[in-house]
Amino acid sequence: MAKMAIKVNVNGAEQSAEIEPRLLLVHFLRENLRLTGTHIGCDTSHCGACTVVLDGKPVKSCTVFAVQADGRSIMTVEGLEEDGKLHPLQDGFFQEHGLQCGYCTPGMLMTGYAFLKENSDPSDDEIRHAISGNLCRCTGYVNIVKAYQYAAQKMREGGA
Amino acid sequence: MIPRSFEYYSPRTLDEAIALLQKLGPEAKLLSGGQSLIPMMKLRLVSPEYIVDINRIPGLDYLSESDGHLRIGALAREHELESSEVVKTKFPILSDTAKVIADPLVRSQATVCGNLAHGDPANDHPATMLALGATVVAQGPNGQREIAIADFFPGLFTTALEPEEILTEIKIPFPPPRSGGAYLKLERKVGDFATAGVAVQITLDESDVCKYAGIGLTNVGMTPIKAKQTEAFLVGKKLDDATIQQAAELAASESEPMDDIRGSADYKRDLVRVLTARALATALNRAQGGA
Repeated sequence: MAKMAIKVNVNGAEQSAEIEPRLLLVHFLRENLRLTGTHIGCDTSHCGACTVVLDGKPVKSCTVFAVQADGRSIMTVEGLEEDGKLHPLQDGFFQEHGLQCGYCTPGMLMTGYAFLKENSDPSDDEIRHAISGNLCRCTGYVNIVKAYQYAAQKMREGGA
Repeated sequence: MIPRSFEYYSPRTLDEAIALLQKLGPEAKLLSGGQSLIPMMKLRLVSPEYIVDINRIPGLDYLSESDGHLRIGALAREHELESSEVVKTKFPILSDTAKVIADPLVRSQATVCGNLAHGDPANDHPATMLALGATVVAQGPNGQREIAIADFFPGLFTTALEPEEILTEIKIPFPPPRSGGAYLKLERKVGDFATAGVAVQITLDESDVCKYAGIGLTNVGMTPIKAKQTEAFLVGKKLDDATIQQAAELAASESEPMDDIRGSADYKRDLVRVLTARALATALNRAQGGA
């Protein structure tokens, strides 16, 4: 099957690749670019562990073909940290014990990253609604909500 | 899971997309939101030889109002229904529906038109569009045609679209004053298909007599079901408790559910009864100006 050339901006860096059209975005990120922070959980579009931000919108990267990202911008969990400083969301997950096994965390962070840009002062209910497509197998949702609130407050204060 | 190989096309105009469908034949499949198609391809339930990705065709991602209709373009995402003010105020039934489709991540990609074109009786918008009396606009080699939603679902995973046609728009008439609607769905968890779902849209006259009733049922049959007998029963009546209960029983009798992992046929039939009564009560309240 003919390969196709794509150019994608990933975490601010231009990436070019020759790929099969059937290659899923999550496999492109993990295997071609070795960005293994994005996790594969269920592989059936349910769990949200593979969530990345595509042109500002959170998407399940197991349910998008890499070829669809041609010419577009992707942000993965590796892109959150800036100059060695954790993003307020990452700090929030640390401070509020927002992770246990950590498997869902990259997806939770990326959903939160897109969500807090749209809603800088969310209620707990709005957060729970926003993360309803991200499953935590440790069921640690209470602290995840707290971590989002921690980040939201830091971002409101600091303009991060 | 990795889908079978396919050839990928990314047309930039509708004409180009239709020409591709003509050239490639029935082995070609359109990709819009992809949130149903890609999971099915990964499970190899479908393995199209050609994918025609319409996402790069400009001008199809609209949600607009004209000629007394709400128009939903082929690439309008579910997410846009959730955040639309006109949907919230004029079409609460659509707000109800958009909120319970899959989850927010899926809804940022999934399209409203795709939810119909997929032809899955478990999808939620078909019932809602049946209740609203929507019209589907299809474009093909011979131009445009309009299909009444009641004629759009002839069979399981089958629609009235020809292989070389593209569903370009859903047209929904603006409800007259004193209208209300609601969509209720029971799901086992966020993101699950409906165990059963009921969409109700009504219009009252000035003395509270029902002059229009549209009722659609989700995932209780081989196709989305328009509960015609229940609709006919309601028109001309005041929606008191007894009438609502009778209508709910009638709707249950019009459902054709099967036993599966989500419940027995009897359970689902009873669920249709309960959801119909609740949806009618909510629709009535909204028609009378309540929230």
